[in-house]
Amino acid sequence: MDTIELFRTATMAVRVNKTRSFLTALGIIIGVASVILLVSIGNGLQAYITEQFKQLGSNVLFVVPGKVNLGGGGGGGGGARSAFAGGFTSKFTFEDVQNIGRLGDPISAASSAVTKSITVKYRNKTYDATLDGVDENIKQVMNLELTSGTMINRPMVERSQAVAVIGPKVVENLFAAGEDPLGREIDISGRKFKVIGVTVSKGGGFGGGGDQDSIVFVPLTAAAKLIGAKNPAEIFVIATSPDAMSQAATKVKNYLYRKKLTNDDFTVLEPTQILSTINSVLGTITGALSGIAAISLVVGGIGIANIMLVSVTERTREIGLRKAVGATYRDILTQFLLEAILLSVLGGMIGILLGGGLAWLLSRFISTAVTPGSVVLAFGISCLVGVTAGIAPAMRAAKLDPITALRWE
Amino acid sequence: MTNSATPVIEFRDVGKEYGNPNEGGTVVEALAEASFEIHKGEFVAITGPSGSGKSTLLHLIGLLDRPSKGKIFVDGTEIMNLKDDQLARLRNEKIGFVFQQFNLLPKTPAIRNVELPLVYRGMGAGERHDRAKKELGAVGLGDRLNNKPSQLSGGQQQRVAIARALVTNPSLLLADEPTGNLDTKSGIEIMKLFEDLHERGVTLVLVTHNPDLAGQADRQIVIKDGQIVKDTGGKNGHD
Repeated sequence: MDTIELFRTATMAVRVNKTRSFLTALGIIIGVASVILLVSIGNGLQAYITEQFKQLGSNVLFVVPGKVNLGGGGGGGGGARSAFAGGFTSKFTFEDVQNIGRLGDPISAASSAVTKSITVKYRNKTYDATLDGVDENIKQVMNLELTSGTMINRPMVERSQAVAVIGPKVVENLFAAGEDPLGREIDISGRKFKVIGVTVSKGGGFGGGGDQDSIVFVPLTAAAKLIGAKNPAEIFVIATSPDAMSQAATKVKNYLYRKKLTNDDFTVLEPTQILSTINSVLGTITGALSGIAAISLVVGGIGIANIMLVSVTERTREIGLRKAVGATYRDILTQFLLEAILLSVLGGMIGILLGGGLAWLLSRFISTAVTPGSVVLAFGISCLVGVTAGIAPAMRAAKLDPITALRWE
Repeated sequence: MTNSATPVIEFRDVGKEYGNPNEGGTVVEALAEASFEIHKGEFVAITGPSGSGKSTLLHLIGLLDRPSKGKIFVDGTEIMNLKDDQLARLRNEKIGFVFQQFNLLPKTPAIRNVELPLVYRGMGAGERHDRAKKELGAVGLGDRLNNKPSQLSGGQQQRVAIARALVTNPSLLLADEPTGNLDTKSGIEIMKLFEDLHERGVTLVLVTHNPDLAGQADRQIVIKDGQIVKDTGGKNGHD
């Protein structure tokens, strides 16, 4: 029996009983769709987080108070910084920041920040924002860019000037549309700060982390005075190159050990290290979820095997007739095997379209990414399920004795 | 290979038993020591009551089963040592089957039903179609090529089945109660068709328990309790 004829026979069998074929393939459809969808969500999330981390300087180390366990995940993106910063009493001093900055190659500079949740006022409007007391290095640390105005510089920090660089959300909530915030004075805890710059929008922080668009940056010295902070909340260490990160980290750690601080008092975080930890956790979660979804593929396969067995019994006479007019064992085997594969592959293709469609719909709310790899994988799995589910029924059909199958007399 | 001296079918002391004596089961002898020849162009009727061994004989002639003892030759070829797939191939080449239940593929156009044996022969689609069309024309269904079995009367369905049996130019047309599922009028039409085929020189073997039907054949083989009790011989010479 030639290939075209085999396909004609198999498609015919699938077409003749449309409802049954659809219900049989439904298990595969659901299984493949959920695998495609879950993998796309996992991939999308990873891509999103990677993108967020790119916003941080790639050659910046964060030294935060307390012991931070990376395995616990945590906030991502712009939030990674402030998410790790809270909760522990800082034992660093401003003197430490200066000393670390002078440790030499591969450390090019060190800077620090104090941070607090505050309410900003302008005329009759108020907004709950995050106050970040920073120095001139913050631009490099956070990859900040301005839409207008200027950034905080060294002299402003030294003179403890009352100036502020504000995020776009702060602008949006305090100022009327079209009003230029530059040069206006905003009220923070009863003190007036003059707006000198507005940062570029970077989108909301993900997963409970800080929102970079809601930050009010002021000179470190001014902020420390305002909120009464005696210690920096965290230290940023800028290395000479991204390759020298671990070397720089060792140098910082050794300095802090000499200051009688222990591993319980501080953690040195590298953005790439945080990123790879988060990605590996995400990968595991995606894998586990896909595995659960793949169980429905197995169930779908059992459904196909079941219906194929019923079909073989129903079509005993047809099989007998085919054998009587000259069909060989192989002819019958391939016919039924192909039918099972066709059901499974059709289900797989519908599943891919369905999963892709759902991922596309979902992409309005969270980022999703359907990769060619997951499509090929889903397609391959459905072929495999078809062969596995079809082999036993097809062998049963091929082994039928034409005499019994025809039930003469 | 085939000449007037070589019978289409030759049975030499053929017996068939069911059950395995080694497993202590009872052995049923369905056919005992049958010897006969069927020659080209003969019209043979095999008759006998239910349970007489008629079916066993039918399976053996149709190459669907192997004998327990003795030898069966089809156009001079001995079938005993052939594998299942070789038997399938031989059936495809030598035997055309017509069944009481028609056994057409449902929801499949008449022409595709007739093409089926040629599909298993590996013939190309074009030639297959032409031959099936010609054969359907010969049984008077040239205008019903694309009708499905459900759109045809019983008599028409049986004609499709006959066309399917003849499309391979078989050495032998084997019909099992071909009118058993038909009304009297359609039955007469089918018998008329068999007469025509006989006149065209087709070798026919008709299995039936209906003596009236069997009366139309040239030669009668009557079987009872696994024994051939009567064989009227053939016009082409039988020894």
